[in-house]
Amino acid sequence: MFETSLTWNDVLFLLQGAGTTLTITFWAVLGGTILGMLFGLIRATSPWWVNAPIGFVLDILRSVPLLIQFVLANSFKSILKLQVSAFTVGCVVLALYTAAYCAEIVRGGILAVPPTTRRAARSLGMTYTQDLTNIVFPMALRVALPSWIGLTLGVMKDTALVLWIGIVELLRASQVIVTRIQEPLFVLSIAGLIYFLMSFPIARLGARLEKRWREDD
Amino acid sequence: MIELKDVRKNFGSLEVLKGVSLSVQKGEVLSVIGGSGSGKSTMLMCINGLEPIQGGQILVDGTDVHARGTDLNKLRQKIGIVFQQWNAFPHLTVLENVMLAPRKVLGKSKREAEEIAVKQLTHVGLGEKLKVYPSKLSGGQQQRMAIARALAMSPDYMLFDEVTSALDPQLVGEVLDTLKMLSEEGMTMILVTHEIRFARDVSDRVAFFHKGLIHEIGVPEQVIGRPQKPETIDFLKSVL
Repeated sequence: MFETSLTWNDVLFLLQGAGTTLTITFWAVLGGTILGMLFGLIRATSPWWVNAPIGFVLDILRSVPLLIQFVLANSFKSILKLQVSAFTVGCVVLALYTAAYCAEIVRGGILAVPPTTRRAARSLGMTYTQDLTNIVFPMALRVALPSWIGLTLGVMKDTALVLWIGIVELLRASQVIVTRIQEPLFVLSIAGLIYFLMSFPIARLGARLEKRWREDD
Repeated sequence: MIELKDVRKNFGSLEVLKGVSLSVQKGEVLSVIGGSGSGKSTMLMCINGLEPIQGGQILVDGTDVHARGTDLNKLRQKIGIVFQQWNAFPHLTVLENVMLAPRKVLGKSKREAEEIAVKQLTHVGLGEKLKVYPSKLSGGQQQRMAIARALAMSPDYMLFDEVTSALDPQLVGEVLDTLKMLSEEGMTMILVTHEIRFARDVSDRVAFFHKGLIHEIGVPEQVIGRPQKPETIDFLKSVL
C-alpha cells in the first residue's frame, strides 16, 4: 500500500506556491505584452536609427540568462537601497524579458501582413492609423497568437527561477517539502501536475482561437 | 478629369515613366496596353498618390496629386483602384470588407454602410455571399468583391490594374462582365489590361505604352485596328 508523509497542509503550501507562480506569470505576461507590442510596432515601422538601439537592448534581454538577470536586478535593488520587494523585482525582470520576446513576435506578425493588402487599405482613403488598427493589427494577431501562447507557457515555467531571489513559488515550495519528507519523486510529480493544470487551459484557449480563425480564413 | 503632364517616375536609376502626358474626360474609358515593365501599372499608382513622382504633374479635377498640401486620403476617396492581386482583408467577411472604408473613412453609420455594401455586392453578383469569408471565394469572386469595395466609396474614377491577370482563364469572363457593366453605366475608368479584345470592345480610347512612353493613343479602331508605329504592330502581333 502506498504511504506518504505528505499532509494536507503541505498540499495547501504547494497551492499557495502555485498561486504565486500564477500571479508572477500574470504580471510578467501583462507588462511584457504591452511593452512588447509597443516595441514590436516600433521595430516594424521605424527607421534604423530608432530601431537599432531598441533592438540592441532587447537582444541583451533575450541573450543574458534569466537567472543572471534576476540576481543582478535584485543586487542592484539592494545597492541602490530601493524600497521594493523581491516579488516586484521578479515581476519587472520577467516582464522585460517577456517584452523582448514579445516584441519579436509582434514585429514578425506585422511584417507578415502583405504590403499589397496595406496598399489596398490606403487606396480606399484610410489613414496610416486606420490601416494599422483595422487591417494590420487584426491580421498580425492571427499570425502572432501561436507564438504568444508559447511565450506565455514558457514564462510560466521560467517563473521558477525567481526562487533564487528568495520568492517561494511552486517549485521552491515543493523543494521545501522534499527536504522535509524526503519523497522527491512524489512531491515533484504533484508539482509537475499542478504546472500542467495551469498551462493546459491556456494552451487549449490558444488552440480554440486558432481553429476558429482558420475556419474564417 | 484626370490629367497627366509630362510625368516622370523612376525607381532608383530605373526610369519607369519618361514623360507621360494624357487626359481622361469624365465618363470616358481609357484602356492602357503594352508589354510588362512598360510603366502602365506604375502610372496608376502615381495617379492616386500611392507612388511619388519625380517630375511633371498629375491633376485630378484640378487638384495636384503630388503637391505638398494635398490631402491624399481625401483625394483617394474619389479614385477607386483595383489591383491584380485582389487583396481581400482576410479577417473580415465579404460584407465587412466592403463596409469598412465607408464606415471608417466616410464616417457612415453601421446601417448606412451595410446598405451601401449590400447594394454594391449585389451589383457585382455577390449578394449571396455576404457572410462568407474571402478565403471561401474563388479568385473571380474575390476580385469582384474588391471592385465592390472600391465602388462602395462612390468614386468618380476607377483605376483597374490588370485585374484579370492573376485569374484562372475560366474566371476572367465574370470579372470582365463586371467591368463592362461599369463602363455602360458611365463610370470613368482607366483600365490597364492584357485583354486586347476586351479593350477594343469597351474603350473610348486606347493608349499603347512602350518603355515608359505612350507610343500611340486614340480610338480602338485606330490603335488596335490600324496601328501605325512598328512597336505597336509588334506588340499586337505577339498578344493577339
